Amino acid sequence: MKKNKTGFFGLHADPSVKVRIIFAILPFLILMLIYLIASDIRHKSNPRDKLLPTVSEIGKALKKSAFTEDRRTGEYLMWKDTFSSLKRIVAGVLLSASLGFLMGLNMGLLRGVRSLSLPFVIFIANIPPLAVLPILFIAFGVGEMGKIMLIFMGTFPLITRDIYLAVKKIPREMIVKALTLGASHPGVAYRIICPQVLPRLIDTVRLSLGSAWLFLIASEAIAADSGLGYRIFLVRRYLSMDVIILYVAWITLLAFIADFGLRKWVALRYPWYNPGR
Amino acid sequence: MQKSDHLLFLENIRKTYGKKVVLEDIDLAVSKGEFCTVVGPSGCGKSTLLRLIIGQESPASGKIRMEGKALSRPSPERGIVYQRYALFPHLRVVENIMIGKLLPLPFWKGFSAKKAAREEAMKYLEDINLSEHADKYPHQLSGGMQQRVAIAQALITKPKILLMDEPFGALDPGTREAMQVLILQLREAHNMTVFFVTHDLEEAVFLGSRLLVVSQYYSEEKEAGKSLGKGSRIVSDYPLNTASLKVKETAEFAQFIQQIRHEGFDSEHLQHVTQFNLDHPDSFQILTDNQTASLIQKVP
Repeated sequence: MKKNKTGFFGLHADPSVKVRIIFAILPFLILMLIYLIASDIRHKSNPRDKLLPTVSEIGKALKKSAFTEDRRTGEYLMWKDTFSSLKRIVAGVLLSASLGFLMGLNMGLLRGVRSLSLPFVIFIANIPPLAVLPILFIAFGVGEMGKIMLIFMGTFPLITRDIYLAVKKIPREMIVKALTLGASHPGVAYRIICPQVLPRLIDTVRLSLGSAWLFLIASEAIAADSGLGYRIFLVRRYLSMDVIILYVAWITLLAFIADFGLRKWVALRYPWYNPGR
Repeated sequence: MQKSDHLLFLENIRKTYGKKVVLEDIDLAVSKGEFCTVVGPSGCGKSTLLRLIIGQESPASGKIRMEGKALSRPSPERGIVYQRYALFPHLRVVENIMIGKLLPLPFWKGFSAKKAAREEAMKYLEDINLSEHADKYPHQLSGGMQQRVAIAQALITKPKILLMDEPFGALDPGTREAMQVLILQLREAHNMTVFFVTHDLEEAVFLGSRLLVVSQYYSEEKEAGKSLGKGSRIVSDYPLNTASLKVKETAEFAQFIQQIRHEGFDSEHLQHVTQFNLDHPDSFQILTDNQTASLIQKVP
């Protein structure tokens, strides 16, 4: 019998659905297994180990953060942190998305606007946002505004350039056709091009959420009194890995839900949209 | 020439892109109701001519008049059907057709006008036999269906002249023939003036009531055949009268196609500027003094 050269990882591999599901779960299982074994080993030698908390310790941290009122403030810490962080990231991303969309749309369509703003936008895109964080804190204060502006600085240039490229790609024929059908000049931009580029905006925002979370956590780590990033960096000093791992998992879950939700929203609401980036 | 009689009037049109002269001296007068088909070898500037007529670009020199008035930027009085990117991908088929009625209105008025616009759009859809696809998106239709919708989309604004840039070029021969019959029917129903650019000679001769051949293969020297002219000119202009599909099979049809090919598409055969076959009653040509002098010399 000829040896089948097509293994699971070969060029012609075509795993069945069952195999695909198993492969998907496999890395998670392996990671959890390694963690549990390592945690167990450490706890056998030191029952009060804080570096690799057991599952029950993490469970206790969850109960304490999410379902027990804090002794000092009377709030449920985890939910308060979540709400603070989400407030900031949503505000920052919405600001980025709306201004970035407007700028990108006009830059892509109007050569005059493009020549005025493109070099400047590229310049801003190359400023490392974390490097200007102190400037932002000085200019906007260490409250909510400073953090929102950091998220804005981190995501606005990317969104602007992406939308600009998408609008630039729209063939001239379509614009001429819109004019021959009676569109005014603003009409071409906001009634013909805008609806076409909107799903692209949502996609780009979805992909820039990773950066947005990064800047949120960074700004909360430096100057905040509530928030998921704040809490992580606070309990770092007490080596509370149980709280840290809990919060990291929670943030990952939130980010995943956002990503998944936005992807599904685009697929449902814009069935004609074909990314082809 | 009586300018006011003609729907479209081009005089001494010259178009350059940087140093390259694409159109040298286009003189054209189009009457209302004419179905002009334009052919020419690749790169001869047929699409450039179309862009000038639609107002997307301006000529380097010369004037274009529409009903006696200077040409504006693209507007609803000139409709266009392109070969690709025909429809708006984010609108359904019926919405694509409706939009010609809704775009001229400010957007807040659009809501009340939607019902009437949809009814009118459905009528056009019935004319082109696509009523059952009304709520589909363009990407769900075949190429031929998309072009049919594109034509309806252009017609709903009742333009004075319909421009078509190789609209059937991407379709298979069977679909192309069906579309040719369709456009003739629609033209008769709406009494349209059409300006149809194509690279298919048979299609041009079959569809048109007037055939224009634009070509860069001509010469301006005193002796014909010396050198290639600079930009393109209209080298031939024939009135046509081809009634049915059967005419495509006749020998005269084939001979005529060969003649056109020889006059406009053969880089070896360079007619002199004064020798163009401009047989159509509306055709005219403005010659320079040198060219007129050589013409007088040739007349016995």
